[in-house]
Amino acid sequence: MAYSKKDLISTKDLTTEDIYQILNLAKDYKNLNLQNEKKSPLLKGVTVVNSFFENSTRTRTSFEIAAKRLSSDAINFTASNSSTNKGETLIDTIKNIESMQTDIFIMRHSSSGAAQFVASRTPSCVINAGDGCNEHPTQALLDLFTIHEKFGSFNNLTVSIIGDIAHSRVARSNIYAMQTLGIKVKLFGPPQMMQYTKVFGCEICKDMDEAVSGSDAIIMLRIQLERSDDETPFPSIREYCRYFGLSKTRMQKAKENVIILHPGPINRGVELNSDVADDPRISTILSQVENGVAVRMAILDIVYKNLKGL
Amino acid sequence: MKTLIKNGTIINANESKKANILIQDDKIISITTDEPSADIVIDANGKLVMPGLIDIHVHFRDPGFEYKDDIITGSQTAVAGGVTACCPMANTNPVNDNATITRDMIEKAKKRGLIDLMPIGAITKGMKGGGITEMGEMSEAGCVAFSDDGLPVSSSDVMRAALEYSAFHGSFIINHSQDCSLCRNGHMNEGLMSMKLGIKGMPREQEEIMISRDMLLAKLTGGHIHIAHVSSAWSLKLIETAKKEGINITCEVCPHHFTFDESELENYDTNYKMSPPLRTKADVEAMRDGLKNGVIDIICTDHAPHHNDEKQREFDKAPFGILGLQTLIPLTLNLVRDGVISLNKMVELTSLNPAKLLKLNDRGVIAEGYLADITIVDPDFEYLYDEKLNKSKSQNSPLLGKKLKGAAIKTIKSGRLVYDFPNVVA
Ligand SMILES: [Zn+2]
Repeated sequence: MAYSKKDLISTKDLTTEDIYQILNLAKDYKNLNLQNEKKSPLLKGVTVVNSFFENSTRTRTSFEIAAKRLSSDAINFTASNSSTNKGETLIDTIKNIESMQTDIFIMRHSSSGAAQFVASRTPSCVINAGDGCNEHPTQALLDLFTIHEKFGSFNNLTVSIIGDIAHSRVARSNIYAMQTLGIKVKLFGPPQMMQYTKVFGCEICKDMDEAVSGSDAIIMLRIQLERSDDETPFPSIREYCRYFGLSKTRMQKAKENVIILHPGPINRGVELNSDVADDPRISTILSQVENGVAVRMAILDIVYKNLKGL
Repeated sequence: MKTLIKNGTIINANESKKANILIQDDKIISITTDEPSADIVIDANGKLVMPGLIDIHVHFRDPGFEYKDDIITGSQTAVAGGVTACCPMANTNPVNDNATITRDMIEKAKKRGLIDLMPIGAITKGMKGGGITEMGEMSEAGCVAFSDDGLPVSSSDVMRAALEYSAFHGSFIINHSQDCSLCRNGHMNEGLMSMKLGIKGMPREQEEIMISRDMLLAKLTGGHIHIAHVSSAWSLKLIETAKKEGINITCEVCPHHFTFDESELENYDTNYKMSPPLRTKADVEAMRDGLKNGVIDIICTDHAPHHNDEKQREFDKAPFGILGLQTLIPLTLNLVRDGVISLNKMVELTSLNPAKLLKLNDRGVIAEGYLADITIVDPDFEYLYDEKLNKSKSQNSPLLGKKLKGAAIKTIKSGRLVYDFPNVVA
């Protein structure tokens, strides 16, 4: 059974087979992206709207490239030029764009649940490019692609996710997908960013050493200061770095062939030291970015075919 | 003009009996097994005849937000829910913080004549949390209590003054218990569910801390504190303790807090977004226990209409609150069906105790000499609660479009039939 929904909102909706379907297809697209002519005709004439109600350069660019390599007409709609700033509701904005005969919405929004909210009210495809603190499924899939590329399988893997778990949509999407695949997930972060994380059913670590040791892959999260408004701020960057940051010294506790992932952009010297981030033997951050395009092409391919019943 | 309600089962807080009720003008003149002649005869065979329900916590949005509801549609919604008296909160625009507004509100309701409207005045001027209002004059104008509901009174000193001053005028204070320094921009209960959904939560301790403070201030002043819409198990423990210590404290719970828990939020349905938020199954159980063991004094609805345009949007951008008046009876009857409370207790919680709290000694009971505010309930009637039945201008109820069991089939206000399912008739 292949993935049959018109939208991709949550990795909770993905079975093991769905994930492999996406990753296999992404592998083909990664090969295509290495050709001189990086183009597939699949989405010729299809209009893809990058609707970003929250700032992002990296994810938006990645989706834009993915959509264009599939020959679609990709347009960008960002909050700064959007009418939502003039009081228009989200759904009115979507309906207005849709009236121009668009087909696929790639949506980033600061509200958890926003992608699902739109998906249930539009006949178009909706791909969740990050909704509030909730999910960021394509990021998780590109993380999985990168991990699979390195280890060749998901069997007997342990992954640590470290940092601001509470506000992280990357963490949530990864946890759900990894649990589906049978990957062991360990979580660690400052206490105020770890409250109630036991709900995810992962192992909770007591310190960095425990979080780092025994893992095959470590996902370092970006601290999301902008999502912690109204909360008592973390004492200092220095303190964060000391107890929750990853440095070469800390890496001594890690497995020999461990890889480090980060959803980017990195806060250098905060959650990740440059001595780790720039070490090509362990840091996969740039391949993650490369793989992101291929994974997003695969997802566009699948949801569009589902929409059209192809 | 005489009306006879015959063959019904009268449910009072202390008794259930089959008898006929003869009403003359606005009063009940006899409870009898005879069948006296009357101008209008209502056959209530197989039905429950209860004293009209009194809802001490509603939002009618009038003045200022009449597109959500107004005093007229609010009244229509009330009688369709079997409610014959309502206390609208002061968070209107302008705020009900002076006697002129109070009188205007009462007058508007009186003209339509469906219910008694007994406003709750603001505690602080403009609900800004600073100086207290002219509670004396406002009480004279008809305010039955004072509350900045929607917002808590954050200053302990202001609350102290409010308790002292309202007590002097024979009134009391209702607080929306929330320690705002713990709000953190929360939109639902803080806990495992909010973590799962990635929505910021409000910890239950926010409510419990404020209740603790208010019970201590009630101890200090001897004033009467009424805790609005209790939602957490620990809140009830605190209230129980305060009551045992002789502190002048009462409390209310809303049907949604004894019916739903936070798991309803799984799909980000904003119709389940309310403040205080839906909490856990254990809290729901605690509310049911509190109703059973008497710690909770009153059931009220916190009827809070919001327009679709506001509710049908991103979860964190939608306002708090749901409709409640027309689902009060079916949800409370669920408690009776589940064996949590008796029908008599239901009457105590929805009519007698509210009447006592408001010092209305002419209602809350079906007896000779009392005001003829009467609700005839069919407890087994199953129906679709749909847009045609809904009398509010708003649609923000998670129960809209669902099957309900039990309804007010006739509502009588001061001896006059004002609602006959499914229509407002007066
Ligand atoms: Zn309130």
